[in-house]
Amino acid sequence: MNTKNRFFEYWFPILVHIACLLPIPVLLFDAWQGYLTADPIRGAILRTGKIALVLLVLSLVCTPLNTIFGFSPALRVRRALGDYSFLYVCIHFAIFVGLDYGFNFIYIGYEIIKLYALVGLIAGILLIPLAITSFPPWPKRLGKNWKRLHSIVYGIDFLAAYHYILVVKQGVIEPYLWMILIIFLLVLRLPPIRHFLSGFFIHQD
Amino acid sequence: MVKIDPSEITPKRLYLSRRQFIGAAGATIAGAMALAACKGNLPSVTATEPPYNGATTDELGATLTLYGDITHYNNYYEFSTDKTAVAGLAANFPTSPWSIEVSGLVSNPKTYTIADLQQFSPEERVYRLRCVEAWSMVIPWTGFPLHRLLDDVKPTSEATNVKFTAILDPTDMPLQGSNLLSWPYVEGLRMDEAMHDLTLMVTGMYGGDLPKQDGAPIRLVVPWKYGFKGIKTIVKIELVNSQPTSTWMDAAPNEYGFYANVNPNVDHPRWSQATERRIGEVGRMKTLMFNGYEKEVASLYAGMDLKKNF
Repeated sequence: MNTKNRFFEYWFPILVHIACLLPIPVLLFDAWQGYLTADPIRGAILRTGKIALVLLVLSLVCTPLNTIFGFSPALRVRRALGDYSFLYVCIHFAIFVGLDYGFNFIYIGYEIIKLYALVGLIAGILLIPLAITSFPPWPKRLGKNWKRLHSIVYGIDFLAAYHYILVVKQGVIEPYLWMILIIFLLVLRLPPIRHFLSGFFIHQD
Repeated sequence: MVKIDPSEITPKRLYLSRRQFIGAAGATIAGAMALAACKGNLPSVTATEPPYNGATTDELGATLTLYGDITHYNNYYEFSTDKTAVAGLAANFPTSPWSIEVSGLVSNPKTYTIADLQQFSPEERVYRLRCVEAWSMVIPWTGFPLHRLLDDVKPTSEATNVKFTAILDPTDMPLQGSNLLSWPYVEGLRMDEAMHDLTLMVTGMYGGDLPKQDGAPIRLVVPWKYGFKGIKTIVKIELVNSQPTSTWMDAAPNEYGFYANVNPNVDHPRWSQATERRIGEVGRMKTLMFNGYEKEVASLYAGMDLKKNF
């Protein structure tokens, strides 16, 4: 694949930024129009949580896209995907605390001790150092430790999918599909599998 | 000491205006959400709102939930697990002809058509509906107390429980083709619960017919229990001498019990039941014991451990 042309160098990252920001005006429009179900606060919480999960999973897709398929532009948007995921986690949490619970910390106290809430909270907190250190000068300053630190994103993905599994009623399978996808993406990174697949896809062209 | 060039210091005027901007942006988002919450009302797919001249609040002064919200936010797994999709999917569900067989431990077994049920003098009752998912509505139902029907079929002295069975119609109910739950949906009550005057067999809502997405042509409403006890599209009522296993008890016995009484002190294993959102409102309210019907029903459970009998 010729990934050195102007589209992938210049336009692809811009399109990714636009795509990542677009859900915010769409969310506001839908809230204004009453399209977030009869319980719009819950609707907004579910949607922002879903977007955060999707972006986090997409950030995991970037590395195998490069190592297995040789699609290097994916690496140029990996940080943005992770940071936007964190942005939606913040919105998700802000709606939960501010609009759902109206900053009533007694009511929040009843809920936050539940496993699903704790798992989500931990995942969100763990994203904070990753979001901060994704910007310069941290990658250089941390050197080898930067990669070590950012490898916790695998655990965060796991927690995010588990958080989703814990909130749905029995019989709803979608969150389990996300968990399977995340495990699949992690397996792709195991060195023997990565080497086998990259040999298969890149060197056959 | 580090020297800071005066030009690097943000003038007070500027940072104040930044704060104002952030505040204003936050307020705008919150305002938009609040507006949407109050509006809530979705474009109507099927239900046309009937003219309604009944009560506008419940006995506690709470305003009725909008008709459009009651008809477009439905937990009805026979059709979909997506609450907003049920209205469209249920639109063509055939509710006529319909009959309900009442049998089991009764001395006068009978089969009723929907028209036959008029003899039990349906009346309007405004009830709070509290879903196990921690949201609630205030709904003006039209229905008759179940005890009127039971008096007609005359339960024998051996009858201890009432078992309700919904229709099995995989042709018209798409998810009955899946093993999401064990179909048909089954629910049960203890005899004294079934005979309680609050326990309602519902055939209408907001002064009109019961919308299909809300369980037409006939459903159960037990206002002091979580909404899932209110079995829809009932075709059979049996008087039995043992506790029936309801569909949700069968699906997740650790999460859903036989009683399913609304109780802010007994949490769902995965989430709190202490608070709820009233649909159409922002924020949350405290959930009331027995959904606010404590005075009427608490005596039914005197001496019972409600943590065990959840």
